[in-house]
Order: sequence, then C-alpha cells, then structure tokens
Amino acid sequence: MICREVVELMTDYLDGALSQEDRARFEDHIAGCNGCTAYLEQLRRTRSVIGRLAAEPVPAGLEAELLSAFRSWRSGPRP
Amino acid sequence: MSRRPDDSDLAALKAGDEAVFQALVQRYHGPLMRLAVGYVRDRSAAEDVVQETWLTCLRSLDRFEGRSSLKTWIFGIALNVARTRRRKDARVLPFASLFRRDDSDSSAPTVDPRRFGSEGKWRTPPDDWSNVPESHVLSRETLDRVRSAIDRLPPRQREVIILRDVAGFDAQAVSAVLAITPENQRVRLHRARAAVRKVLEEYLR
Ligand SMILES: [Zn+2]
Repeated sequence: MICREVVELMTDYLDGALSQEDRARFEDHIAGCNGCTAYLEQLRRTRSVIGRLAAEPVPAGLEAELLSAFRSWRSGPRP
Repeated sequence: MSRRPDDSDLAALKAGDEAVFQALVQRYHGPLMRLAVGYVRDRSAAEDVVQETWLTCLRSLDRFEGRSSLKTWIFGIALNVARTRRRKDARVLPFASLFRRDDSDSSAPTVDPRRFGSEGKWRTPPDDWSNVPESHVLSRETLDRVRSAIDRLPPRQREVIILRDVAGFDAQAVSAVLAITPENQRVRLHRARAAVRKVLEEYLR
C-alpha cells in the first residue's frame, strides 16, 4: 500500500470495514509512516470536533411550545 | 428480539412522561438543527422544521411500534419533514443551490494529488496536530468553521456526516435511515470528513 491509497481507506479502517488482510497491510503501513499516522490522527480529531456540534441549547420559546404540545397530546383523545 | 437502549424511553413517552420528552428534545436539538439547516438555509426555517418534526412524532407516536429504534424513527421523520419543506421552497431558492454538483458517491481522491510524489508517498505530509492545544481545537471560532463547512457540503454527504458524527448513529442505522448501501454510506462519510479535515487544516496551520 502507498500513502495515496492508504488515506482513502481510513474511514473503512475506522469503521472496521476492511478485510482482515487489508487491515493488516493498513496497520503495517501506518506503523512505518509518519505522514499517514498524522493524517489518521487528524481524521479522528476532526470526527471528535464535529461531535461537539451536538450540544446546542433549545430556544426557550420552542421548548415551551413543544412541552405544551406534549401536554395536549397526553390529555387528548387516543385512537 | 434484543432490547434496545431506547426501548424504555419509548414506553415512557407513550405513557406521557414529559421529562423523557423534554430530554429527547434537548439531546437531539443540535443534530436536528444541523440536518434541517442544510435543507432550508435559514435558522428560523430550520427551527420550524425541528418543531414540525416533534409535532409529527407526537401525532404518530401511538402508531409507532418500535420496529426501528426510537432515534432512527425520529430522524427518519425529520428527514421527511425537511425534504418536504425543501420541495415547497424550491421555487424561491436560487438555481445554484438546486443544481450544485454533488460528487458524494465518486471515487475521486479526497486529498489533493499534488501532495503525493510520483510513487504515491507524501510529498507535503499533514501537520502533527498533537501539539495543537485542545482549547484551540474546541474554540468557538473553530466550531463555527466546522459548522459552516458541514452546512456547505453536498446534501448526500451532509446527511451522512450529521447522522454519524453529530447525532452519533452507527453505520448500520445511517444506511437504514437513508436507504443506502453500507458502501455508499462509507464513501459519503469519508468524503465529508475529508472535506471538514481540510477546512480545519487550513485554519489550524
Ligand atoms: Zn503513508
């Protein structure tokens, strides 16, 4: 494997989607290549930064409306 | 059938447990907003989509039997609401955003080929980010850049990266919600992460 190919396999690697043989070749390459090690680390870091976008406060007005909708659903007629 | 972690949430919701409903609204607000913003391009319209999603969930909750996980069901509804809204808005959106090129499923390289030498080895290797302080990576400005990079992605990539990396779905759930193959799911995710990485690289250098 060469770097140009290895970078395209990184998501498959992180997802555990590589065959056993490809996984071994991938890990062999990474072990001896600083550039690909850094790239893999960048992708991992990117993924974790993206995960931070999940935290977003619900605007108070929207939350109040939704809770009120929930209460009328709860007290409303059920099919 | 094995119990899913959100089985108990579903039962509590159906029983009218307001605290569980409120917790779900708060937990999924970020991912739902990111998903919606991509379709409507306006925060207030995106909030409408999120609101309509929850109202649709309440209207259909009694009929939902839990064949998929609660989370998958909620995000499936959100996608429907957002896509319907986009169709309604289509006539007012500029042409460029309707016909933007979407190479989500292509196998074109995700790293600039000029960064590799003739033998396919790195010529300009990526920086080692281990010395970049976490406070900088997670600064408000970095997060704003990442958010807008995701909002600019082609729709098919954006859906996958939001469900995987913002909402925290596993690969199988994303393939199911979007009705795509696991291979397509990975190709789109890879292209999307590579695009966001590039934005971070330019910013963190
Ligand atoms: Zn390499």
